[in-house]
Amino acid sequence: MSLSISLNINGQPRTVELDDPRVTLLDLLRERLALTGAKKGCDRGQCGACTVLVDGRRINSCLALAVSLDGAAVTTIEGLADGERLHPVQAAFIAHDGFQCGFCTPGQIMSVVGLLAEGQAGDDPERIRELMSGNICRCGAYRGITEAVLEAQKALSGANRENAA
Amino acid sequence: MNRFEYIRPASVAEALAAAAQPGSVYLAGGTNLLDLMKVGVSRPETMVDITRLQGLDRIDWRPDGGVRVGALVRNADLANDGRFQRTFPAVAEALLSGSSPQLRNAATVGGNLLQRTRCPYFYDGASACNRRSPGSGCDAFLGENRLHAVLGWSEHCIATHPSDFCVPLTALDAVVEVEGPDGAREIALEALHPLPGATPERETALTPGELIVAIRLPAEAAAVSRNARYLKVRDRTSYAFAVVSAAAALELDGGVIRKARLALGGVAAKPWRAWNAEAALAGAPASVGAFARAADLALAEARPSGENAFKIELARRLVVRVLQQALEGTPEVMPALPASPFALTSGASHAA
Repeated sequence: MSLSISLNINGQPRTVELDDPRVTLLDLLRERLALTGAKKGCDRGQCGACTVLVDGRRINSCLALAVSLDGAAVTTIEGLADGERLHPVQAAFIAHDGFQCGFCTPGQIMSVVGLLAEGQAGDDPERIRELMSGNICRCGAYRGITEAVLEAQKALSGANRENAA
Repeated sequence: MNRFEYIRPASVAEALAAAAQPGSVYLAGGTNLLDLMKVGVSRPETMVDITRLQGLDRIDWRPDGGVRVGALVRNADLANDGRFQRTFPAVAEALLSGSSPQLRNAATVGGNLLQRTRCPYFYDGASACNRRSPGSGCDAFLGENRLHAVLGWSEHCIATHPSDFCVPLTALDAVVEVEGPDGAREIALEALHPLPGATPERETALTPGELIVAIRLPAEAAAVSRNARYLKVRDRTSYAFAVVSAAAALELDGGVIRKARLALGGVAAKPWRAWNAEAALAGAPASVGAFARAADLALAEARPSGENAFKIELARRLVVRVLQQALEGTPEVMPALPASPFALTSGASHAA
């Protein structure tokens, strides 16, 4: 059985032939499209290392069947930077040591981008920690991650004000 | 994961026809189903993808103040809907206390109701489990069972229903709208999940091929929005299933309770409505003494199914506390740590 699906991945329209409906979005990205930023940690939706945006919302790509997402827009860590210019969330993770080994980092960063779009956390560190609870960091860089979220939020709202002015 | 046929119907009628084949399952958010398929507990022959069905992703308000929520509304969208959060705050808080933001973005209302138990023996194909494999036995019964049921269990199965969402829904008399091969029908949410008895493999009251299309909350449930809470004790504060949880809502007449609603989570194979406690609270003064008597009644028939006697006392204390919090009033702002007993210092500006 061949299933043809269309996805927009990091701004590029892609048509993908699937020979098997079992392929998850994570496996499609990593094994077939050479986008290995999203990581396979637990493969069970528990660690968040596979987090990507689908139609602007953060999800666990390990628990999504690619075939079911026909027509969706997918953003991965590879699609965040503007050429050599890092996305403000990426820059903030570097500035605040929001990682150590780096394995969970693409998922953390995509989760933060989703979190900021949701607009539920405000500048409350407690809310940020709660709303980042779907991303595990075994190195324990949580403090830096929370600081990075706060700074990225400030940077992004400042950029929005400049755009509006 | 086993191989399966993938079908994407364009209408409810097409979906019902496709799911009439034995071995079919519906796919919505897939967050529980795919997890179960990866460990081989669920092995569907046909997957009927209902995510494209039109009209099932809407929140419709009724003229009388009640609401109808389509089965495909995502958990996050319902929990963060402004009017829904104001009208049914305990339901929104329960949703936000469950799972992670990523999973809430994918998981649907209908799927939440139909999620399977998280009993580790149910997930482990090498273990005996009457729910997964009827007649094989129950390895949980003499196994690691500190989180298992204390109400309504049988020696055949001591699993709990894991949903937070279902607990306040049960307390608020939610109704489930179902369509099936034999037409449409309604099921009270309280009747959706049978107790295990000798047939724990019967996990819901749905017949094969039936599809949940919506849930409804009645207008009367909106009348308690100022005094409704959900509290959940977990082994860790975020992203964990309930050890014990409780939803309470009060209709007050001065210092007297006109009507109380109370349900418990994490204690049974279904969200547990505490009818006896509600009856005792009706007409009683809104006092700690009355709450404590209600808690005793709610847990009167509880008994440990293993190393979980602590859950009975924990549930009693949680009932008292959730009733006290309902009496104090629904917070104006969603607590930073939804449903957490540790949330008092953050986001706790209570309504007058």
